[in-house]
Amino acid sequence: MSGFGRIAAYYRNRFAPDVAKSVPDCNLIPLSRRSFIIGTGAAGLLFGFGGVGLGTGVAEAAIGTSRDGYTPTLWYSIAADGAVTVNIKYAEMGQHIGTALARMVADELEVSWDMVRIHAVDTDAKWGLMSTGGSYSVFGEFKPLSQAGAAGRIAMIDAAAQLLGGEASAYTVRNGRISGPGGSITYAELVSQGAVNRVFSPDEIAGMPLKPINERRLIGSPGRALDIPAKVDGTAKYGIDARTEGMVYARPIIPPTRYGSVVETINDTAAKSILGYQQTIALDDPTGFVEGWVVVLADTYPAAMKAARLVEVSWSTGRNSTVSDKDILDFGRKQIDDSSGGSLLRDDDGLADAFAKASENLQAEYTTSTVIQFTLEPLNATAWRDDDGHWEVLTGNQWQSLILPHLESAAGVESGQVTMRTYYLGGGYGRRLFGDYAIPAILASKALGGRPVKLLAERAEDSRFSTPRSPSVQRFKAALQKGDVVGMEHHASAGWPTEVMSPGDLIEGLNKVKFDPFAIHGAEHWYSLGPQKLRALSNTLANETVVPGWLRSVAAGWVNWGLESFVDELARKLGRDPLEFRLERLKAEGRNKGEDPVSTGGALRQAAVLRRAAEMSGYGNTLPPDTGIGIACTHGQERDAPTWCACVAQVHVDRATGKVTCQRLDMAIDAGSLIHPDGALAQAQGGALWGLSMALHEGTEIVNAQVRDLNLDAYSPLRMADLPELNVEFIDSGTVPTGLGEPPVTAPAPAIGNAIFNAIGVRIRHLPIRPEDVLAALKE
Amino acid sequence: MIGFMLNGQKVESKLPPDTPLLWAIRDEFNHTGTKFGCGIGFCGACTVHVDGRAVRSCITTLEMVEGAIVTTIEGLGASGQHPLQKAWINVQAPQCGYCQSGQIMQAAALLVDFPDPTDNDIAHAMNGNLCRCMAYYRIRDAIKLAASEINRSKEA
Repeated sequence: MSGFGRIAAYYRNRFAPDVAKSVPDCNLIPLSRRSFIIGTGAAGLLFGFGGVGLGTGVAEAAIGTSRDGYTPTLWYSIAADGAVTVNIKYAEMGQHIGTALARMVADELEVSWDMVRIHAVDTDAKWGLMSTGGSYSVFGEFKPLSQAGAAGRIAMIDAAAQLLGGEASAYTVRNGRISGPGGSITYAELVSQGAVNRVFSPDEIAGMPLKPINERRLIGSPGRALDIPAKVDGTAKYGIDARTEGMVYARPIIPPTRYGSVVETINDTAAKSILGYQQTIALDDPTGFVEGWVVVLADTYPAAMKAARLVEVSWSTGRNSTVSDKDILDFGRKQIDDSSGGSLLRDDDGLADAFAKASENLQAEYTTSTVIQFTLEPLNATAWRDDDGHWEVLTGNQWQSLILPHLESAAGVESGQVTMRTYYLGGGYGRRLFGDYAIPAILASKALGGRPVKLLAERAEDSRFSTPRSPSVQRFKAALQKGDVVGMEHHASAGWPTEVMSPGDLIEGLNKVKFDPFAIHGAEHWYSLGPQKLRALSNTLANETVVPGWLRSVAAGWVNWGLESFVDELARKLGRDPLEFRLERLKAEGRNKGEDPVSTGGALRQAAVLRRAAEMSGYGNTLPPDTGIGIACTHGQERDAPTWCACVAQVHVDRATGKVTCQRLDMAIDAGSLIHPDGALAQAQGGALWGLSMALHEGTEIVNAQVRDLNLDAYSPLRMADLPELNVEFIDSGTVPTGLGEPPVTAPAPAIGNAIFNAIGVRIRHLPIRPEDVLAALKE
Repeated sequence: MIGFMLNGQKVESKLPPDTPLLWAIRDEFNHTGTKFGCGIGFCGACTVHVDGRAVRSCITTLEMVEGAIVTTIEGLGASGQHPLQKAWINVQAPQCGYCQSGQIMQAAALLVDFPDPTDNDIAHAMNGNLCRCMAYYRIRDAIKLAASEINRSKEA
């Protein structure tokens, strides 16, 4: 059963080349006038990314040749001075994605990196799906962008051969200079002479061969990220920095429930004393995502903040207004108890027989509490209506294609009448996959006749309007016989983000019941553990209380907490070393053989990273008292696009306080070819710490239908003083590159749980791991 | 009107005296490198220097800086070339980058007190600056690199 949904299928299809499918279309689309917005904010828009390369004048040009440059595909142009501008439709939120994608183009195009610029595009139908998540971007774009680069190289060589008089095959190209019979000529010379004009058909691009690995010059090599300089001198523009003439500032007042709250009264008498206060309005929401919202409007943001504290609002609350984390977990337990519900992803023959014949069973339940993204840039959007009725929305967002229809509905306009302008994201982590925060900006502007409104949440409002990672319950049951595992059941209940926000992307299970792949990823492990049953249940109480979010690493972040802890329990139960137990069952047999080109090697690559991480950590060495080492391995997010991860954690447990300290993490990762190795390392470092932070430092609960811990006085992500020693190694297998934004997050939590068992002999089965839980477990 | 020096320029704010300095810097004087994060002084994204000391501009009011010298990321080094900024690029520290102005301003104050900081000094001085991308190792490396560059140039 594949874990791919429609979005994922899109990315996978990008492997089947469709770059050029959009070529004929985009010839019909004129350069958008809105690429050149008037007003003081314009520079921040177009020059938002890196501040480089946007003076070339050919970015977003139509396919073909003009006096300004040559545009072989939608994705990049070559200017008369030889500068290459790559159009980036992915959100820049710390992963340096523009750099990685531009490297793919530049490597095949054979241009030197100092000639490469990136251009962040705004929403336009010509770009196709605009979505940044799932650790798909590098994986999905590798082939099409590499082929696009190769196409440009071939066009250049053909043009040079014509001018110089030789056969195309006789020429070589390096750093934008083509050499061979008759001399040499640069890309810049060819473009400035108008000598190159070839445009490729979709089939031509699809058939474009890529260079052999040993001919790669940028991919896999050191190099800097193009977005970094603007982030150290204060010039990088985030959504919160957007501005335009005549803005009204809006500070939201969030209703007590995510759904169904209705404003009854608003009393702003006290707020009228605030200088610059304008008015407070209840939003008329046609989308259902900002029901019961009130916004306080003022001439300045500090005035809006001050006034908001003086405005009294009463609501009739929506449904589920008293729901807590515990209610959601109990609901999930009941769902799992009922064997008839949910969607089956695996239901292997022989499982009932295995349990019938088993000499013993092992069962365990694993749970997780709510976690929030806590993007440091609070949610914000600036919106207005142009004189011609077109809407402008200025905000950082990860999935523009998902929210645009809702924004059009909010604005009450036809498709195509809202443009989202691209900014840096002050953190995404999945929160900005859903652009619901742009809806109230439009609604407030609409209420003011289309006047520009800059809506900005204060921190507590940002947290209350979060899309949290849902509480989750998982139950595992294994059949044991003759010292081996001969079958296993896995049942998982959690809120289903995709069901709430993008229901069209659910996938049909074996029993024809749909499931959310983003609420079960990680469960389809690569171990040989006999016949398997895997059941995913939509925790409807969670879905109807909050908007459950796609938080960084999504399901794989909590599924693996349970799965890899339980695998450790199995090893212990059978009296085996957890490392040996795992390695013996990573056999690359049957469905675990892997498939070319993406999961080539299958379970053997999972075993390889595990073995390497164990070596790095000194696994097996004697440790001081109450100190332990634990291991875990995961395939990242998607079984169909695996990033092989292994983590060894070393922890110390204070038996008096129950406090767990993570002293060291060793991670080995195989993400195939590394496009931008330093960026890959940065993602692994940050991801590993995210995994640690969600295991030991942060986490909250839903109380009365909303997140309990609203700001940093209560919500406590990992800080500088909490750093363990961290070692990361990549195994560069030279295969298709897979994602890195999320996979490294998935392994530390179970490794830490397993290390605690190794240190003090108690098994922790809830995330986050709290000192009181450790103490309680020690007493048992 | 509250007057103060902002990155070497004399400015006068028309905002009420109890307004947090952050909003005057960002919205009135359009220096947007200083960021709004938590609003309670716990994240450090809004860190600026007032008379050379690192302060949280989200909880520092305009009346508290009357006549003071305020420096933001835009005024730290000529055209972004402060040793810390160069070190930040050399180690490729930022991910999303949102906290980095505040991190750099905090680090600049740290290096005044601890010209040759240990990991422990850095952990203590920087613990109030949240990096949600958790680029902490590189931030620490960048601070040490900048310190060694500054010390080398002093010796030379």
